[in-house]
Amino acid sequence: MELLIFYPIAILCVALALGVVLNTSPINSAICLIGMMLGLAGIFAMQQAHFIAILQIIIYAGAIMVLFMFVIMLLNLKGDDVEWKSRDRNKLLTGLTAVLVLGGLYKIVDAILATDYKDQPKVADSFGTAAEVGESLFTDFVLPFEVASVLLLAAMVGAVVLAKTKLD
Amino acid sequence: MAPLSHYLILSAILFSIGVLGVLVRRNAIVVFMSVEIMLNAVNISLIAFDRNMNLHDGQIFSFMVMCVAAAEVSVGLAIIISLFRNKPTVNLDEFNILKW
Repeated sequence: MELLIFYPIAILCVALALGVVLNTSPINSAICLIGMMLGLAGIFAMQQAHFIAILQIIIYAGAIMVLFMFVIMLLNLKGDDVEWKSRDRNKLLTGLTAVLVLGGLYKIVDAILATDYKDQPKVADSFGTAAEVGESLFTDFVLPFEVASVLLLAAMVGAVVLAKTKLD
Repeated sequence: MAPLSHYLILSAILFSIGVLGVLVRRNAIVVFMSVEIMLNAVNISLIAFDRNMNLHDGQIFSFMVMCVAAAEVSVGLAIIISLFRNKPTVNLDEFNILKW
């Protein structure tokens, strides 16, 4: 039964991820990426990670993608540059890259299928709720949590400094 | 209940697509989006193992990955904006002045 929900979402995610890579216009790529993020939120929710699923929508599909859209519109990018002629694509190199990546993927999938996994255990209904994750976050992982806040502060200051026109 | 291997294979496929995007595309913003795909693919694996082992650690890890992704995107896009001020393009082939 769950597979009936899993497969459509998974196929949608893979198709949208391919859309991100294959679209020539960055704005279409960004819209595909938003769709992929929402699909992944569904995948997370299927594994009872409800809190992370909501965070995925708020942080990724909300905040990060708004930033992407904002920058794309600020720079006024419409597809590939014409004025700055990009170098001729090396077809051979692109093909080799694709073969390399597909080979790596084949190897990984092979390793995944060769492994025995124990069956998915039954978990409590409260698994993955904000209360449970929050308790773990504020007891075992309180130091990484604080370090993350410093990281976000540094990123914020760094972004302001980098995007400023003139330092004075 | 979908078995763990399905989630891991989905994660591997999305990660490969992200790698392909980083290696093949020349538009800086699309390269950034491909990096986001890769980070998300790792999150799927973390959460799948987390559910399989009945722990919360994987969810905390993916939470941290999201924090790092947010920081990375904000700084990265600021760098792209300042690059755009120097040369009105985001084509990565144009930014080779450090190469000799």
